[in-house]
Amino acid sequence: MRPRLLAGATLRWNAARAQWLMMLPESVVVLNETAAAVLSLCDGERTVTGIVTALAAEYDGVHAADVEQLLRDLADQRLVELS
Amino acid sequence: MTVPAPLGLLAELTHACPLHCAYCSNPLELVARTDELSTSDWLAVIAAAAALGVAQVHLSGGEPLRRADLPEIAAGCADRGVYTNLITSGVGLSAERLAALPVDHAQLSVQDADPAGAARISGTRAWDHKLAAARVVKAAGLPLTVNVVLHRHNIDRVDTLVALAERMGADRLELAHTQYYGWAQRNRSWLLPTAAQVRAADAAVAGAARRLAGRMEVLYVSPDLHTGTPKPCMGGWGRQQLTVAPNGDVLPCPVARVLPDLPVDNVRDRPLPAIWYDSQGFNRFRGTDWMAPPCRGCPRREVDFGGCRCQAYQFTGDAGATDPVCRLSPHRPLVDAVLATAVLATAVPAVDAPDVAPEYRRRF
Ligand SMILES: C[S@@+](CC[C@H](N)C(=O)[O-])C[C@H]1O[C@@H](n2cnc3c(N)ncnc32)[C@H](O)[C@@H]1O
Ligand code: SF4
Ligand code: SF4
Repeated sequence: MRPRLLAGATLRWNAARAQWLMMLPESVVVLNETAAAVLSLCDGERTVTGIVTALAAEYDGVHAADVEQLLRDLADQRLVELS
Repeated sequence: MTVPAPLGLLAELTHACPLHCAYCSNPLELVARTDELSTSDWLAVIAAAAALGVAQVHLSGGEPLRRADLPEIAAGCADRGVYTNLITSGVGLSAERLAALPVDHAQLSVQDADPAGAARISGTRAWDHKLAAARVVKAAGLPLTVNVVLHRHNIDRVDTLVALAERMGADRLELAHTQYYGWAQRNRSWLLPTAAQVRAADAAVAGAARRLAGRMEVLYVSPDLHTGTPKPCMGGWGRQQLTVAPNGDVLPCPVARVLPDLPVDNVRDRPLPAIWYDSQGFNRFRGTDWMAPPCRGCPRREVDFGGCRCQAYQFTGDAGATDPVCRLSPHRPLVDAVLATAVLATAVPAVDAPDVAPEYRRRF
């Protein structure tokens, strides 16, 4: 499983809002830091394990189960594709 | 209540358009070209919106390509780091024009699955332009959404519409039932599908979405008159989005002009932050305090925000009423009466005869 963003979706830092945003073609989703960190690694190349490893290199206390759950939640919100 | 900063700006650059769609949600009173904002006005609007927190601008209209200064306006968005979405009929979108437009995404409207049907609803022969526009967008490597407004005369062709979007290389296909505002409201009895048509379309769309999962995203905007579930219009009044009309009027939604008592401010007279945060118009239906029963106290009031104010006004004469499509609204019988007319219209073939024409959106 190599999670990737949907077509036309991009992740952007918005300075005026001081927020990470997911830009979808017709809407904007405000992200918390954790979701933004995970989504920035969903490039369609990395596997879920690869994402967990990359996160663990940068943050403390990363648990694979939490990341997987977050990815499922994000997929339910149509922010990422898990195919 | 703390008012959140807006996320999206719908920039209606012009009401001019080469098409004359009978379902067009543009107002009956179209803004004349001589009343349109100038290039520098639009650049100032975009700068102010971005400073306010707007992260996404939809360049729409009318037909945005009718503005010769579209490249400068799009560049104004790009300069501010805003995600820019071009919403277009495709007429006039050549490779050269698109190359000069720094946009992130294009949404192309398609009126029907075949040239004759498309010409009938749009009052224009634009078929080849649509196919060419899709090719141009894909060749530029931009993500493409194909948007089809569904109504009685094309709703039976969901499968062919899906096939057309696939051929066009769409990344996303939006099949959106007609919202009855503007010219669509005027032509409602000609456009309204029957309940049976809607059920068949629901199933066809669900089938296509399953089949295409992972290849093309299929989005469906249900017909709220039929479903009885109000739409959370614009994600709540003055909560996420603002619209700037071609003449600079600032509105909580593109249709809100129909509300007779709504005070409307203009970017030429008042700064955008003051309009967003402090104007009477934007505060009129913010949050939930304005609500009356049954919305007041309803568990869904933070989900659908009581539905659409314009629809409430159009059906009941009271913009503060519960959206009458809601099954809990005491005005729901008004909606059911309208739905009953669709069955009548299709039962009497004469009403659908080819010589019975809708009132096309005014020529410009
Ligand atoms: C008003 S149009 C302006 C942009 C361009 N002329 C076009 O048609 O794509 C903006 C979008 O609204 C859609 N639209 C127009 N009238 C509508 C209606 N009554 N209900 C739902 N969508 C509508 C169009 O298909 C288009 O995607
Ligand atoms: S919906 Fe049709 S008539 Fe209305 S602006 Fe778009 S292309 Fe023009
Ligand atoms: S009563 Fe109001 S809040 Fe409740 S579902 Fe109906 S429209 Fe929504």
